[in-house]
Amino acid sequence: MVEDMNKVMNSGVSSSASPSKVIGVSVYSDNVQSAEGNTPALEMIMESQDLKVHYGSYLAVRDVNLQVHKNEITALIGPSGCGKSTILRCFNRMNDLIPTAKVSGSVIYRGIDLYGPDANAGEVRRRIGMVFQKPNPFPKSIFDNVAFGPRVNGKPSKQETEELVERSLKRAALWDEVKDRLKQSAFSLSGGQQQRLCIARALAVDPDVLLMDEPCSALDPIATGRIEDLMHEIKGEYPIVIVTHNMQQAARVSNRTAFFNTEVDADATRPTGVLVEYDSTQKIFSAPSDPRTEQYISGRMG
Amino acid sequence: MNSTLPEKHILQPSGLKLRQQRTEVVIKVLLAVIAASCVLITTGVVVALVRPTIDFFGEVGITEFLFTTDWFPLYEPPDFGVWPLVVGTFTVMLIAVIIAVPGGLFVAFFLSEYASPRTKRYLKPFLEILAGVPTVVFGFFALNFIAPNVARKIWVFSDVGFYSALAAGITVGLMILPMMTTLAEDAMAAVPRSLIDGAYALGATKRETCTGVIFPAGLSGIIAAGVIAMSRAIGETTIVLLAAGSTANFTFNAGEPMQTMSSFIGFAGLGDQPTDSTGYRTIFAVGSMLFIITFGLNMLSQRIVTRFREVYE
Amino acid sequence: MNVNADVVGSRFAPNLRDSTSTARKSRDKIFLLVLWFATLCAVLTLFFLILTTLLKGAGRLNLSLVTNFPSPFPEDAGIQSAIFGSLWVVITSGFASLFIGLGSAIYLEEFANSTSRITRLITLNIQTLAGVPSIVFGILGLAFVARGWLGWGFSVGTASAVLTMMVLPVVVVSSREALKAVPPSLREGSYALGATKWQTIRKQVIPAAVPGIATGSILGVSRALGESAPLILLGALAYVSSNPSGFGSDYTVLPLIIMKFTQDAQDEFRAVGAAAIIVLLVLLVSLNLLAIVIRDRSRKSW
Repeated sequence: MVEDMNKVMNSGVSSSASPSKVIGVSVYSDNVQSAEGNTPALEMIMESQDLKVHYGSYLAVRDVNLQVHKNEITALIGPSGCGKSTILRCFNRMNDLIPTAKVSGSVIYRGIDLYGPDANAGEVRRRIGMVFQKPNPFPKSIFDNVAFGPRVNGKPSKQETEELVERSLKRAALWDEVKDRLKQSAFSLSGGQQQRLCIARALAVDPDVLLMDEPCSALDPIATGRIEDLMHEIKGEYPIVIVTHNMQQAARVSNRTAFFNTEVDADATRPTGVLVEYDSTQKIFSAPSDPRTEQYISGRMG
Repeated sequence: MNSTLPEKHILQPSGLKLRQQRTEVVIKVLLAVIAASCVLITTGVVVALVRPTIDFFGEVGITEFLFTTDWFPLYEPPDFGVWPLVVGTFTVMLIAVIIAVPGGLFVAFFLSEYASPRTKRYLKPFLEILAGVPTVVFGFFALNFIAPNVARKIWVFSDVGFYSALAAGITVGLMILPMMTTLAEDAMAAVPRSLIDGAYALGATKRETCTGVIFPAGLSGIIAAGVIAMSRAIGETTIVLLAAGSTANFTFNAGEPMQTMSSFIGFAGLGDQPTDSTGYRTIFAVGSMLFIITFGLNMLSQRIVTRFREVYE
Repeated sequence: MNVNADVVGSRFAPNLRDSTSTARKSRDKIFLLVLWFATLCAVLTLFFLILTTLLKGAGRLNLSLVTNFPSPFPEDAGIQSAIFGSLWVVITSGFASLFIGLGSAIYLEEFANSTSRITRLITLNIQTLAGVPSIVFGILGLAFVARGWLGWGFSVGTASAVLTMMVLPVVVVSSREALKAVPPSLREGSYALGATKWQTIRKQVIPAAVPGIATGSILGVSRALGESAPLILLGALAYVSSNPSGFGSDYTVLPLIIMKFTQDAQDEFRAVGAAAIIVLLVLLVSLNLLAIVIRDRSRKSW
């Protein structure tokens, strides 16, 4: 709790200057590494081990082993139907909501298995936030959208709530555009603003990790650019895992990239997603070690 | 702080979350109880009907009930031959269905193939209002308009008095017409557009498309709708009670007053029968018949829909 | 060239003029005529219904109609007790059916497993209830509520309980539809912030479903307002000369006072009945307008 408070306070003081953010998160580790490059000493926050997801009897994706590091953006790419969104939803137990989905293997978050006895789905989702493909603001005012998360996770006072809303909107670079119309419907915002509102909403519960499921697929290029800038600004505080169908975007924003592909297993009729390669983004896009990755990268980009 | 050591507590539910979880359980149980109370109502209906009905047949005897043709259960000495009620019910239902089923079908054809969007926009609210008119208002309409201006004019077989099964039947038919229209329209909307366009592409006129393609393709839904209309007509009480009088004549002449099963129940309920009398139990015996018939018809209608639904790819 | 065109023009040009035979044309015309006739009958029914009522009742449509109580003299007879009786019965049964109906709908849509036996049983049960003739509800009320088990007599409480049961299927079905129509993205957004199921339902799903629920409930209430058959068995077909003061009071309602007047031997009383019909229809139309307003306003603001 103390760490959380520190983090919030630090980032609240100056929302755009990145050094303070690094100081803000440094309570977790004394030695903050540069996020760029492939430094082995980077602190790992989440890790999936032999993760598999079934929908009923159909194996949707298998054998996923990947790590999420502090200060980094991790991108999941691959053709449609390869299970990248499914994997993302395993990272905050959103798959619990699909009755037929069955997750096996484990997702270790700070030493705790998300699917183990020490994890509560509500707590997991509070700590590991999510932004969805299509902006999904609640049919409420801008203010109430951001205040919803803090309210369901505790009973903040009116003043606390107001401060939190302002801070979150500032961190999501939306404050200046909406500060005079907080009581208006969230639907009065443009698509890009709505998506930044959803990011602010996720940040308001002070998560530890942010998952983004194709957050720009419904936006125009300018709004997309703003979201990408925002991701860069906040990744020091909130490690991000992003699913994207847009390889240029993965190359632009991420530090590491996981490439997924589909394979039809010998005993199956429908394709199953597999993790083909996971490495630094630079390596994936310049010198992938797996020929399938190379084929996909060159086929799409060339 | 050493961050490599697991902090077991961080994902465990906080006190707040634990309280919320307990609330969840309480709420779920509460809602389940509420939902279960719906089942209690149906059970209540069945239980309410069964006991007095059994007692009734202990006193009256099934032979008299089924094989005599006088129905005066509230007079001294009483007669319990149910046929007048059966004939009355059937007559009113038949007249209503003759009006409502083709009528509803024609209006539905008109709405789905002929009417312009503009006409539709005016016509639909009209039908909705008609569907929302209370039955007692239809009863008033039956006595003050249908009986003198319609029933009396069209019935060539005999004179038509103040009360008649005919006026009641016509009015019940008009009352269920909007419902029949809606159900028939739904059945027609389920016919794939490609099939209809196919007919037009072969040069069929609107009439030929309606009668040759839409009608047969939507037939199961239309029949199901007709069965529902029958069930509604049989169950209608107030219109019949007001317009068909309260004498259980054993006649096949629709121009005469008649009593139906449901209008008998309404009539008998007025007299404030003592709880422990055969007269009182008659209400329940007739109610059982009514319930079984309408329940059977509703089941039949659902069966038709699920069994004979055409599956279009 | 010329010769060719000539040949094409004269001998092989398709005849695109109307070649429909006259018999076919007249059958089409007759069919259309039948359709017009049926539609006209429906429209004329409403027209004559209103006309008949107005012609008969307009003369008695004055303030004393709604301020007076029943009287042996037709010129003094009023329907105040019936208006208040209707308000009592309709408002109480409206709230009760909303409580039970919405509760059941939430359980069935949000909590129950949709394929389980119990859910199917409850659903089938509600379908059955919807098809039961209303007079049978009167029998149920007579056996268990007025006499027998509860023994509430012929009172407001009895009428309210019976109408609640009758209206329930309408409320359950429309509430389920409204809950079903709430987009999954709204639930996901709420869960992703760590909200529990009940928090999600209470703060997101129900508010979003309010227009649909309200429309359905108003539909149910207007059915209760116009319903007469079950109340014939429950003592409402009577002249009552005082307004109800509680659940135990004697009562009558508008449809039944109309029935009573309509059956009267004296033409002046039947005119009072017609005037009462106008009052009832005005109330029903205003209820439906309210439903339309709620639907439109909710659409506008979000």
